[in-house]
This record gives sequence, C-alpha cells and structure tokens, in this order.
Amino acid sequence: MTRLASSFWRKSPGAREGQRRSPPSPDTGAALLELDDLSVAIAGKPVLRKVRLAIAPGEIVALTGESGSGKSMTALAAMGLLPPGARTEGAIRLAGRDLITLGDRALCAVRGAEIGMIFQEPMTALNPVQRIGDQVAETIRIHAPRTPRAEVLSQAARTLARVGLPAERVPPTRYPHELSGGQRQRVGIAMAIALRPRMLIADEPTTALDVTTQARILGLLRRLVQEDGMALMMITHDLAVVADMADRIAVMNEGRIVEEAPTTRLFREMRHPYTRALFEASRHRASLPPRPAGEPLLQVHDAYRSYALPRTRLLGSAPRHEAVRGVSFDIGLGERVGLVGESGCGKSTLTRAILGLEPLQRGSITLDGRDVATDPAARRRMQVVFQDPYGSFNPRHRVRRLITEPFHLLDDPPKGAARDDAVAEALEAVGLDPSVADRTIHAFSGGQRQRLAIARALIIRPDLLIFDEAVSALDVRVRARILDLVADLSTRFGLAYLFISHDLSVVRGITDRVMVMQAGEIVERGPTDAVFDAPRHAYTQTLMAAAPRLPEIGQDEPVA
Amino acid sequence: MPLDPGVARPYRAAMLAYAVKRLISLAISLLVASAVIFAVVEIAPGDPARFMLGINAQPDTVAALRAELGLDVPKWQRYLNWLGGMITGDFGTSYTYRTPVAQMVADRLWVSLPLALYALTLSTAIAFPAALIAAARRGRGPDVAVMGATQLGVAVPNFWFAMLLVLLFAINLGWFSAGGFPGWSDPLAALKALTLPAIALALPQAAILARVMRSSLIDVLGEDFIRTARAKGLSMRQALWRHGVRNALIPVLTILGLQFAFLLAGAIIIEQVFYLPGLGRLIFQAITQRDLVVVESVVMLLVFAVIMVNFAVDLAYAAVDPRLRRRA
Repeated sequence: MTRLASSFWRKSPGAREGQRRSPPSPDTGAALLELDDLSVAIAGKPVLRKVRLAIAPGEIVALTGESGSGKSMTALAAMGLLPPGARTEGAIRLAGRDLITLGDRALCAVRGAEIGMIFQEPMTALNPVQRIGDQVAETIRIHAPRTPRAEVLSQAARTLARVGLPAERVPPTRYPHELSGGQRQRVGIAMAIALRPRMLIADEPTTALDVTTQARILGLLRRLVQEDGMALMMITHDLAVVADMADRIAVMNEGRIVEEAPTTRLFREMRHPYTRALFEASRHRASLPPRPAGEPLLQVHDAYRSYALPRTRLLGSAPRHEAVRGVSFDIGLGERVGLVGESGCGKSTLTRAILGLEPLQRGSITLDGRDVATDPAARRRMQVVFQDPYGSFNPRHRVRRLITEPFHLLDDPPKGAARDDAVAEALEAVGLDPSVADRTIHAFSGGQRQRLAIARALIIRPDLLIFDEAVSALDVRVRARILDLVADLSTRFGLAYLFISHDLSVVRGITDRVMVMQAGEIVERGPTDAVFDAPRHAYTQTLMAAAPRLPEIGQDEPVA
Repeated sequence: MPLDPGVARPYRAAMLAYAVKRLISLAISLLVASAVIFAVVEIAPGDPARFMLGINAQPDTVAALRAELGLDVPKWQRYLNWLGGMITGDFGTSYTYRTPVAQMVADRLWVSLPLALYALTLSTAIAFPAALIAAARRGRGPDVAVMGATQLGVAVPNFWFAMLLVLLFAINLGWFSAGGFPGWSDPLAALKALTLPAIALALPQAAILARVMRSSLIDVLGEDFIRTARAKGLSMRQALWRHGVRNALIPVLTILGLQFAFLLAGAIIIEQVFYLPGLGRLIFQAITQRDLVVVESVVMLLVFAVIMVNFAVDLAYAAVDPRLRRRA
C-alpha cells in the first residue's frame, strides 16, 4: 500500500519543477528557505533579533533552545502565522520569494502547498469533530477546489497510508479521539505533507509522545525527507532528539541564533558557552550518595484496579480495562525508587492508588502498616509533586496559604509564629527567600513554581514524596537544578521518594532502584545502574534502545 | 466514503444505548413531574365545584357536580384516572367551558407552537450571522456594534419591543394588523399575524444566543486545530466556517433548547399584547378560574414538551460531537 502510494506520488515533484514561480536568486545559492536578518517584535517587545538561517532542499536543520528562546516564533514567522500585532523586519525567502511582502491570500496559497507544518500537541492539533480522512483531504481540496471529491478522498487515504495509517488498520473514517497520540501525530504529518511541500516545519513533533513512539515518528520524518527531497526545519528543546538526525543545528537564546554548525562539529566544538551549558544540563546527573534501604515504609501488595469501558453492545456487560494488574513492591525508609513506563501503562492509576485517591479492587497499599485509603495518619506522612506546577496552585491565593495547605492533614497544625517559621523553613529548604511568602503564583517562573510545589510537600515533614513527572515540563537547565535540589533534600532529611517519569535519563540520575511498568504490570525491577546497563526484559530493552542519546562530548563522530 | 463496518457497528450500538438510556430517564422524569403537578394543583385551595356553582349553591347540587366531575373518588384514584386519560388522549373536561381539554389545548397549540418555531427561526437567523461577524472581527467595529446591540436586546423587555413594533408597523405604516389571529384557513394571513409577535419574542432571545455563540466561537478560535487549519492554507474566514462553527455549537444547542421551552409557555405577555389565543393565555385564564383540569393538563403538556426538547438536544449533542457518542 505504502509503496503503491509512493509511486503515485513520485509523479508530482517532477511536475512541480515546472511550476516554480521564480528560480532561486544567485545570492541565495541552493537555499530553499532563507531567513535574512529576521527581527520580530510583538507589542514592542523583541522576540527575534536578526535571525539568519538558510535551509537547502533535502536538508534537516534543527533549531534548539529553551522555552522563550524564539524557536517557535521563527517557525511561525516562516509560516506567516505570527500573532496579530507582530512587527517583522528583514526577509523570509522561500525559493527566492520574500514571504513578508505577500498578502494573506497569497500566503494562504503558500501554506500547506509549499510549506507544511506539524505541531507539538497531537491531542489538540486535530479538529475533534471531523474524520481524519476529511482533515487530510482538506489540505488537498483547499488548494485545488475543483478536484472531484472521490479523487481527493482517495488521495487523502493514500497519504494516510504513506505515513503509516493504512485504511485496513486505521480507516480514514475514524475520529481523532479514537486514535493514540502517535497515530494522531501521523495524521498531523499527513495533513502537512499531503501536497508534497518542499519545506516542512516540525515544532516539537515528538515532545508529547512516548520514547518508542517518538523513535518511530522521527524515523517517519527522516524517510519522508529522503523520499521527497524536502527541507525540514525541526524545532526541539531536546538536543538528544536531533543529535543523530539533523544535518545542522542552530542554538537559539533570547531571540538570537548564538551558534550554528553542522551537527558533528557543533557537538565537537561547542563554541558558545550557552550551547555547552545546555549540553551539560541535558545529561546532568545529580550526585546521590548511596544509602541502604531502611525498614519497609510503603508496601504495595497485589494492587489491582480495572475500569469499565463504554459498552460495545446494547445488552451484555461492558468490557473492562485492567489498568493495574496485581502490582507488588516495597519502598524502604529513605529509599529512592524510580518508576518508568509509557503512557497508558498504569503509572497514573498506581500513583493515585498510593495516594489513597483510587480504590483498589484487590490487594492492599499500606504506609508503615496503615491503609492509605482509609487511615488519615498514612496520608500525613506522604506528599506528592505533580507535573504542572501552575495548574496545581490556586492562582488567587498567596504563597503562604498555598504551601501551608497540607497542614489540614494535621490534628494540631502550628499557629502564629510557629506557622511562619514552618513557611520560612520550607521556602529556604527549596532555595527560595522567605520574603516571597506574600506573593501570588503568577509572579514565579516554571522552575520556581516547582520549588514551591516541593516546599508545599515538605512542610509537614513527610517520610515519602511522590514525584509524578515532576520535572517533565521544565527546561533542561531548570530541570538539572531541581534534580540537584531533590537529591540534596533526600540526603538532608532522609526522605524516601518514588520518582515517576517517562524520561529514562532523568530517572537514572536520581534513583537507587528502578521499576519498569508495562500494561499494568511491573516487568522488570532492580538497582538502577544494573537495569540501565543490562536490561533483561524485552520491553526494557526496547525502551532503552528507543531513548534518544547525546553523543559523548569531544568525540569526533556523533553516535549515528 | 463508505463507513467502515468495524467502526460503525460499535458506534451505532453506543448511540442506540445512549438513546435508550435517555428515553428511560425521560419516562421517569415524566412520571415524577406528573405526580408533582397533580399534588401541587390538588393542594391549591378552592373547590372547583363550589367555584363553578357560586356561593349560593345547595350542598346537594355541589355534591352532584363533584360526582359528575369525578372529584368524589380518592385522590390516588383520581391521579391514576388522570394519568390513564392523558396516555389515551383524554385530558378531561374543562370545569369552566364544559368542553374537552384536549380540544382546547389543540386549538391553542396551533397558535403557540408555530409562534415558538417562528420566533426560534428568527432568533437563530439573527444570532448566527451576528455572532460570526463579531467573532471574526473581535474587538473591532462590527464586534462592538453587535455587542452593543445584544446588550440592548438582553436589557429591554420583549413587550416593550412588541409595543414599538405595533406602533411602527401596525399603526404608522399599516403593514400588519395590531393584533388578533385569523386562523390557519389562510396560511399567509396567519403567518402575517404571527410576524410581529415572533419578532418581539425573537429579539431578546437572539441577543442572548448571539452573545453565547460569540464567546463560544472566540474560545474555539484560540484552539490549536484552528492554527493547524491555517497552516494547511485556510484563510481565517475558512477556518472559522469549517472548523469553528461546529465546535462552537454545543453551548449554543443548550441555550436553544432552553429558549424553545420558554417560547412555548413564556409568551403570555406577548400573546396578551397581540390578542393571540395561545397556550399562555389559556393557562392564565384557567388559573384565575380555578379550572384545575385545564391547568394540570396544560402544565403536564408543557413539561412533556420541555423534556422532549431536552431529549432532542441530547441527541443533537451526540450528532455534533462524536466524542459524546461514547458516553453512554
């Protein structure tokens, strides 16, 4: 099917050669997309400063940097999709034609046909009430309105097959909510490449996906670039993702490209200190002095939880999804344990069950012998830090009130001066000044918010902390500092923690023991280094192989 | 594109299960509502027989009338008789007019139902384009104008509009008659008589509908899939039409359902202004004359209509949003 589709599609690039409106001008050389001293200001605030970047056909150029560095703005500028009120200077040339001078009608003709774009969030990037086949077909129909409907739909089906969604497995009549995250991202790719654009922009295309899915999506993008001779601008915050994929890497900071070089040379030389800092932070490991596990603290015994799924027949019982299937493990006093697995493996259900928020249908979870679901004394000794620090704080309350929330678990919470002392102590423990206690949450950066979340968890001096994807939304440099903080706190207070993450490299640096979860079961467990160095279970091996890796610094060749 | 049978089968089953569940809850709601209505009307003071015969009536005459009206049997039996009668289409006999209630209600329904539909159509026809224009030009001239107009529409009561309309179109211009209803023997004349009342009813409704739809559209325009549509080459207007409208429809459907239910019974004042023989006036008269059978029956009918409309809205949700079909 895929092959058939490709042979059909092969006709068009040749045909397009004749359609090129203007040949590339001599000074642009072979560049297809060329940003020439591109500056953008939004509401008077500069977001891009004199960005120069050229991408040739068939070339993969990665744009990397932290949030707010301007990488997404560069992409949106190239698409002509900057927010209203943006002021642009310089030039954006696509095959010699300056897109800045084009009106919206002309730009609409370029978008989707000559430049395609893929976005980060496959969950929200698709229209939830339209069939996927129709959404892909729209790209074709909008640029060639006279094409007969049947022809458009079969073209759409061929494009879907080409990105790995053949009609016999994933019919084009499906709606987005019936697909997995990886499948939705494939639909996003199909929409972008349906007309075989010469330029493809991918904005964090795999950030929201699991590692194994990420590896497959990256492979697909590489194949499409090769087959179509497309130029690909790949935006990512994760250097490891593009290390063995990009021809060149441009590093952005505060709206500027601070360093740009072929991938091999960039990793070898790292001329700019910012590049080096990013690289170091990406592979940062907190120093974790070994600590023998104490008495068992948390004991999970044969935990089982299933959910009813929607009925597929009018009569008869509804099918059930077994989220957690008889999981058992212990965490000792002061022990640092990691839990890794992909989305849907049962991590979240298990976490909620440990917190006493999810009733089990079988088995038991106890903290120091007390049932977590029924005994409030157990809840007192355990706290949690979630992924989204902003969403877990009431924006109208001040820090003092926010971080003292867990006091309601205590029978006799500290009052007056003792309460102020507790607030100051918790804030100092996470490296914040006690004077911030009277601010509200919007005054803080993402990293500071996560520190506040940790302060809130620490304030009742728990024995066990649960970190649920607690660093996944943070930039690499901030993440490195938070990991150091976690390691430091565990050393100082003898804290035990369960560190849950889909990111293997993070778990490796911060835990003594690790458990790998798949389809509701723990398939492998052991000392962290042993599991990472010599994974025994096939699934663990797949995970390790799929995880993107940074090349060793100073090495001549990146790991290919 | 042919529906893939593998997908369609569980889908249709889910949709059917959803509809059946809604139907069961609909039947329960109706039963509870009928019991409540019966109880409330029975508790209301005043004996209809005594009221009909006047204060000087002889006790044995009253007793005879009570027997004739079926008021002498135990309450639970009267409830069952009433319920059974309604299921078979027998709504009882009006105490005041001595005519079958079913006939009275049917006559009035022929005015109220077309009026409600007419007003609803008008309000949708006004609200949808206004909301689309306002959302597309958010914060600029057209949006400000639409928002100002809707503010006025929400604030001003509909009978005031009605009086203005009568003044302008009936008295000054003479295009329409100021009131009355000629019956449906001449459909065009009937429609014409309903036009001014329908406009008066529609304007405030359109104002609310336009505001809800505008804010719903603006929310949808901020969604990622609109940006995706723009990246495919759709203009802002195309993205709004093809991806915005359907996604913005859920809150609009909710409001539409509520408005239709209100229009059926809530047109009392407008019916009064235009001398229309509608349901609103019927129930008003029945209450003042203590015509319990009519009150019970009309209220029950309205409850039935509201519940049916909600049922239709529930089905419309599922038709608009495939994600809801699963939530059986």
